[in-house]
Amino acid sequence: MRKIVAKTGNEAMAEAMRQINPDVVAAYPITPATEIVQIFSNFVNNGQVDTIFVPTESEHSAISACVGASASGARVMTGTSSQGLALMHEILFVAGGLRLPIVICEVNRALSSPINIHCDHSDTMASRDAGWIQIFSENPQEAYDQTILAMKLSEDLFLPSMVTTDGFIISHAMQKLEMYDDKEVKDYLGEPKTPFNFLNLDDPITVGPLALQDYYMEIKVQQSKFINESKKKIINILQDFNKRMGRNYKVVEDYFMEDAEYAIVCLGSTAGTARYVVENLRKKGEKVGLLKIRFYRPFFDEQIMDILKNLKGCAVLDRSDMFASTGGHLFNDVKSALYASQKHPIIRDYIYGLGGRDIDIEDIEEVFKDIKEFSTNKNEEFVKYITVRE
Amino acid sequence: MKDHFEIRWHGRGGQGAKTVALLFADSALATGKFIQAFPEYGPERMGAPVQSFNRLSDREIFIHSPVKNPDVVVVLDQSLMDTVDTLAGMMSGGILIVNTKKKPKEIREKYKIDDKIKVFTVNASKIALEEIGVNKPNTPMFGALVKVTGILDFEKMLVDTEKKLKLKFANKPEVIEGNIRSIKRAYEEVVSE
Amino acid sequence: MKKNWKELDIALILKGETSKDFKTGDWRSEKPIFKEDKCKQCLQCWLFCPDSSIIVNDGKMMGIDYDHCKGCGICSKVCPFDAIDMEKEEK
Repeated sequence: MRKIVAKTGNEAMAEAMRQINPDVVAAYPITPATEIVQIFSNFVNNGQVDTIFVPTESEHSAISACVGASASGARVMTGTSSQGLALMHEILFVAGGLRLPIVICEVNRALSSPINIHCDHSDTMASRDAGWIQIFSENPQEAYDQTILAMKLSEDLFLPSMVTTDGFIISHAMQKLEMYDDKEVKDYLGEPKTPFNFLNLDDPITVGPLALQDYYMEIKVQQSKFINESKKKIINILQDFNKRMGRNYKVVEDYFMEDAEYAIVCLGSTAGTARYVVENLRKKGEKVGLLKIRFYRPFFDEQIMDILKNLKGCAVLDRSDMFASTGGHLFNDVKSALYASQKHPIIRDYIYGLGGRDIDIEDIEEVFKDIKEFSTNKNEEFVKYITVRE
Repeated sequence: MKDHFEIRWHGRGGQGAKTVALLFADSALATGKFIQAFPEYGPERMGAPVQSFNRLSDREIFIHSPVKNPDVVVVLDQSLMDTVDTLAGMMSGGILIVNTKKKPKEIREKYKIDDKIKVFTVNASKIALEEIGVNKPNTPMFGALVKVTGILDFEKMLVDTEKKLKLKFANKPEVIEGNIRSIKRAYEEVVSE
Repeated sequence: MKKNWKELDIALILKGETSKDFKTGDWRSEKPIFKEDKCKQCLQCWLFCPDSSIIVNDGKMMGIDYDHCKGCGICSKVCPFDAIDMEKEEK
C-alpha cells in the first residue's frame, strides 16, 4: 500500500534506495549528502535490504568500487556531493565509457574555493560531459521518484545516471511525500541488468581494453550516437513511469508557455519558487511562463527550442558560472538550442544563488521585469549577476 | 491574504530548532495539509543563533525560499532577542511566543513590540529542566505553539510526537515521557497579556 | 576489415583470449631456433618466456610459436644446455 509521509530530500532518496534494493553501495560521506548513505546503512544493518555496503576511504574509491561491482553484473548505487563528485570525476568517465548502469544520488553543493557547504550547481555541471544522465529534482517527491526512475533508465539504456537535489534547500527540507509500496518498486524495476558480466567464467571477456587511433573514435561515436537515440527512449520510459505510478512528469516541463511572451528557464528547487511567481503574475494578466529543465543530460534541445522560440524574451537562471566570460552552463546550452530556430527570443543569463545565496519571490519578479526591459532595449551585457551585492 | 501559514523558529545551535520544525511539519501532515520544514544552516556550532522554518498550506507548496514574513515567530531563547532581529518581517496580527521567565507585557516593553503583534510567553527552559532534566526548550515550545495557534489537534499531536520520539530515543524511554510531560505543561502554562 | 561503430560491441567489450588473434611474430628481428637434440626438458625457456611462445605438450618442450614470439632472446639466454640459438630473421 502507498503511504503519505513527511520526508526530507535525503530521507526520500534513502527510502528510494531501500526499495530499489541495490546489490552493492560503496560510499564516502560528505555534507549535505551524508544522510542518504547514513540512513541507507541503517537499512543494511537492520537487514531491510540485501545490499553489500562498502565504506571506502574516498569518493574516488567509492565510485571505483561501484564500477567494479557494476561490471560484475550487480545493481549499484552511491551518494555524494560537491568535492566528492569532483574527486570521482576521473572514474565518472570510465563508468560512462563502459556504459555501466550506476545511479548516484547527488546533492548539489558549491565547489571550493572558498569552502562552502551550500547549494549551487557547479559540482553537477562540472561532470555534465561524462556521459551520464543528469536529472534535477524540484522537491523531495521528485527526488524520490527520479531515483527509482533513474535506476530503470540506467538498466534499460546502459547509461549511468545522477539524480540531483539542491543542497539543504531540498536535501534537508521536509515535505509531503507519497511513497510507493515496496513491491510496486520491485515489480517496476525487475531484475538487475548490466551490459556484461566479467565474473562469468564460462564466457570470459575483456573489459576496458586499450583502443588507440584505430578504435577509440568508433567507440566514442558509438556512445554519442546511442545517447542521441536514447532521448526518444527516455521519453517512452518516462511516459510508462507516469502511467504506472500516476505522475505527470516530462523531460522538460512547460508551464503557462502556450501564449507566454516572457519566460524563465531554470533547474531544481528554483523552478518551484518561479512557478509560484508565474502563477501570481498570470493572475495579474501578465503573459509569463516557466520552463523547468528536468533532464539536463541528455539535453532535449528540440523540445526546448519548440517551447521557447515564440517568446519575446527568455531569462535563463544559472546557479553556476563557467568562468569563460560567456555566462553559465544552462544559458549556453539553451542559446545553442535556439540557434536551430529561424525565429528566437532575446535571451539573457541571470547567474544567481552561488554558494547557497537565497533566491526569493521578489528576485524572480525582478527577473521578469528585467527581461521585459532588456528585450526592448538591450543596452547591457547578456550575462547579469543577481542576488549579489553590487 | 497569504497562501501559506508561515512559522519562523529562532534558537541556538543545540536547542533543537531544526528538530522541532520537522516534528511540527510531521504532525501537521496528519491534518491533510501540505507542509514544509527546513533549517537555515549557518556555521553549525553549539550556541550560535540558528533559524528554522515551517510553511503550511491547503494546496501544494512550491516556494523554496526562506520565510520572510512569518505569521508566527517562536523564540527558543529570550537572550537571542537582544542580538537577533527576531521580529523581522512579522505580519501584522502575527504571534510571538518566547521562552522566558518574563510576562508578555515585560517582553513587549523591553523590546518595544508593536501593538499589532500578539505576545505570548512560557518558561520552557524551566519546564524542560524539571521534566527532561536538560535545557531542551524545543518540545515544550511546540506545546505552547499548538495551544496559541490552535492549528493542530492537541491529543492527536501528542500521539504523533510520542511515535516520532520513540523512533529517535528507542533506548531512553524516560526522555520520551519527559518530553511528553513538558509539551503538556507548556500547553497549560503559556500565557498571553 | 576493421568494424565500424555500429558493428562493434557495446563499450568495446571483447571476447576473452583475443591476444591469440593478434600476431606479434612479425615484430621479430631475431629468431630463436630450437635444437631438440640438446634439450633436457628442464622447461626454463617456458618459465621465462614473456609471451607464452614456448609450445609445450604433455610436459615436453615441442618448439616455438613463431606467430607470437617477438624474438627477445630470453629463452636462449636462460637455456643451461645451449638448446636455443638466436639467428637473424630473414624474410
